[in-house]
Amino acid sequence: MGKIKSLEELMKIKEDTLKKVKMREEGKRGKITVAMGTCGIAAGAKDTLNAIVETLNELNIDDISVVQSGCMGLCEVEPTIKVEINGEVPITYGHVNPENARRIIKSHIVAGELVGDLIVKKGEE
Amino acid sequence: MPLETNTILICAGGACISAGEESVKDVLERKIKEYNLQDNIKIVETGCMGACSLGPIMVIHPEGVYYQKLTPEAAEKIVEEHLLKGRIVEEYLYQGDKGKIVPQPQKEIPFFSRQVKIATRNVGIIDPLNIDEYIARDGYFALHKALKEMKPEEVIQVVKDSGLRGRGGAGFPTGLKWEFARKSPGDEKYMICNADEGDPGAFMDRSILEGDPHTIIEAMTIAGYAIGATKGFVYLRAEYPIAIERLTVALNQAREYGFLGENILGTDFSFDIEIRIGAGAFVCGEETALMHSIEGKRGQPRVKPPFPAQKGLWGKPSNINNVETLACVPPIIYHGANWFRQWGTEKSPGTKVFALAGKVKNTGLVEVPMGITLRELIYEIGGGSPTGKKIKAVQTGGPSGGVIPEEYFDTPVDYESLQKLGAIVGSGGLIVLDEDDCMVDVAKFFLEFTVDESCGKCTPCREGTKKMYEILDKITKGEGTEEDIEILENLGNVIKDSSLCGLGQTAPNPVLSTLRYYKDEYLAHVREKKCPASKCKALISYVIDPEKCVGCTACARVCPSSCISGEVRKVHEIDQSACVKCGSCIEVCRFGAISKVTPAIE
Repeated sequence: MGKIKSLEELMKIKEDTLKKVKMREEGKRGKITVAMGTCGIAAGAKDTLNAIVETLNELNIDDISVVQSGCMGLCEVEPTIKVEINGEVPITYGHVNPENARRIIKSHIVAGELVGDLIVKKGEE
Repeated sequence: MPLETNTILICAGGACISAGEESVKDVLERKIKEYNLQDNIKIVETGCMGACSLGPIMVIHPEGVYYQKLTPEAAEKIVEEHLLKGRIVEEYLYQGDKGKIVPQPQKEIPFFSRQVKIATRNVGIIDPLNIDEYIARDGYFALHKALKEMKPEEVIQVVKDSGLRGRGGAGFPTGLKWEFARKSPGDEKYMICNADEGDPGAFMDRSILEGDPHTIIEAMTIAGYAIGATKGFVYLRAEYPIAIERLTVALNQAREYGFLGENILGTDFSFDIEIRIGAGAFVCGEETALMHSIEGKRGQPRVKPPFPAQKGLWGKPSNINNVETLACVPPIIYHGANWFRQWGTEKSPGTKVFALAGKVKNTGLVEVPMGITLRELIYEIGGGSPTGKKIKAVQTGGPSGGVIPEEYFDTPVDYESLQKLGAIVGSGGLIVLDEDDCMVDVAKFFLEFTVDESCGKCTPCREGTKKMYEILDKITKGEGTEEDIEILENLGNVIKDSSLCGLGQTAPNPVLSTLRYYKDEYLAHVREKKCPASKCKALISYVIDPEKCVGCTACARVCPSSCISGEVRKVHEIDQSACVKCGSCIEVCRFGAISKVTPAIE
């Protein structure tokens, strides 16, 4: 970090830090979006969704919200889920059967390590 | 970047450290490692959170659960239950009145909800070793505003308009002080922060330096700009090693970010701060003695005028402000003078930090608007008496202050009102006294302190306080006369008028104010050889009530001088000639059979 000379630089530090603190205070660190289009459901997204909710409960993780969305357009690798952690690049995983869902939660959500072999996309559309 | 699921804010203020915070933290760290959670849980040591009587304290975010009175075992349990399984451990939660358990008390407990935090706004909330967290709470924005949008005179005007007064206790208008230093001719000027906090029982300055060191750096730099100073000194006592350590870290961070050093924030203003460590003499809090000490001389006061603003450190114009005063400066500059005037009274705007101590439930640091009544402070925020005994008086302002009896508890707390009562706001120490406290003994305690701390330069203080102490000692031993009380009063007034510095000028206050309100207690000691509070050992005896004694032998077993005799299941008796009046027997008697009587049995 070099010398600060402008209000903009101060503001930037403030905002970045506030984001971190906000996570600390508001408790929601991010969300998991499960693609529940027809294609997703046909591929077993319902079981995936249940597995995600169960695993989060088992591990007492209450700062991650689970939401549903329509088809993300990745029908061939369904079920897909998108993991968005505040301040990090969103990751979309494919072929998420219940077992893989548990893996993702334990390594990505809990330990912060991406599950490389299941990633189908990094970043937003 | 690892993901953090929880953040633990653990209070590392002085009181919590002495209550065992470090061992709690060690256990937390070990357990968290054991369960492999170290990457998900962040432990932040904050400055004092204020509720010192409940220490060690921690708050676990994101839930905001507030745990108190922690032990290593508690830490183990909280990791296993709360952090691993998400179950709140109820036994360590704050318990409100009627045993109501409050998981997130900071919004609900009067101790927290009645407070307005300006000087201590970040203490206990941010990580003091992380400059970014300070910036996130609008830190250094005031410095930016002052340097880039305001002229030095405008900065001074805002401080003047805010009505901020010296929080070290004397209450001199801060803006006026700055103006004197600004107008004093000289090319080299110094800005000094007086962090030589010496009053027994007051520790708000330490808590600010430990919990929010950057606010002092920012305020000193703003003040340096306003008065035209080239260099700043923080005079900090060696007894505050944690404050020294954290301030040193903060200074380095501020230099790295360009808030200190050459061309601050890219302007042509240059300023730097050095820490000077004092050896912890009470007199070194007096500004002229403090400057002598920084210069490397013996810390003794000199005659004023010339005031520091004219001739200060090394003969150059200097400006000295207390830590808490400075901590109010950045928000005043940032939000404006009128914002600060929302709280407090016309003549004493803003807030004041008080250190509650003595016979009160919630001991600790509280920041409240000026003008709050003593009753609100003691009963609503302090929670009243912990034992249910009647609160008799409150001693404010430490060794320079005085006592205020219960009938004046509806007085608003501000500089002038307390002065009228013969006490002072002072550094903000508030010691609550109940019926078990003897006023002569309280006065003697403070005199003992000033006798020790008198620097010896001027005779009235050096000899006079010693003489007063001897007379008080005589009275507590039951050897005083009515003439002694007169001498005390005369002596006190002479010392007040003829001492060189504030130490001597205020040293007789505890005696004069107790004489003013509690002369009857003095007279009881002198005429009847009684101590109404049953405190002065020479004037009391311990007796066993034969009606209540069951002969359990508990008292005889703890008696250090073996003066209690009696067979098992028979009434015991105290041999008065051998009794050393330690009071151990009263503590162990479960039948209320032992009591104190005054005067002493010959």
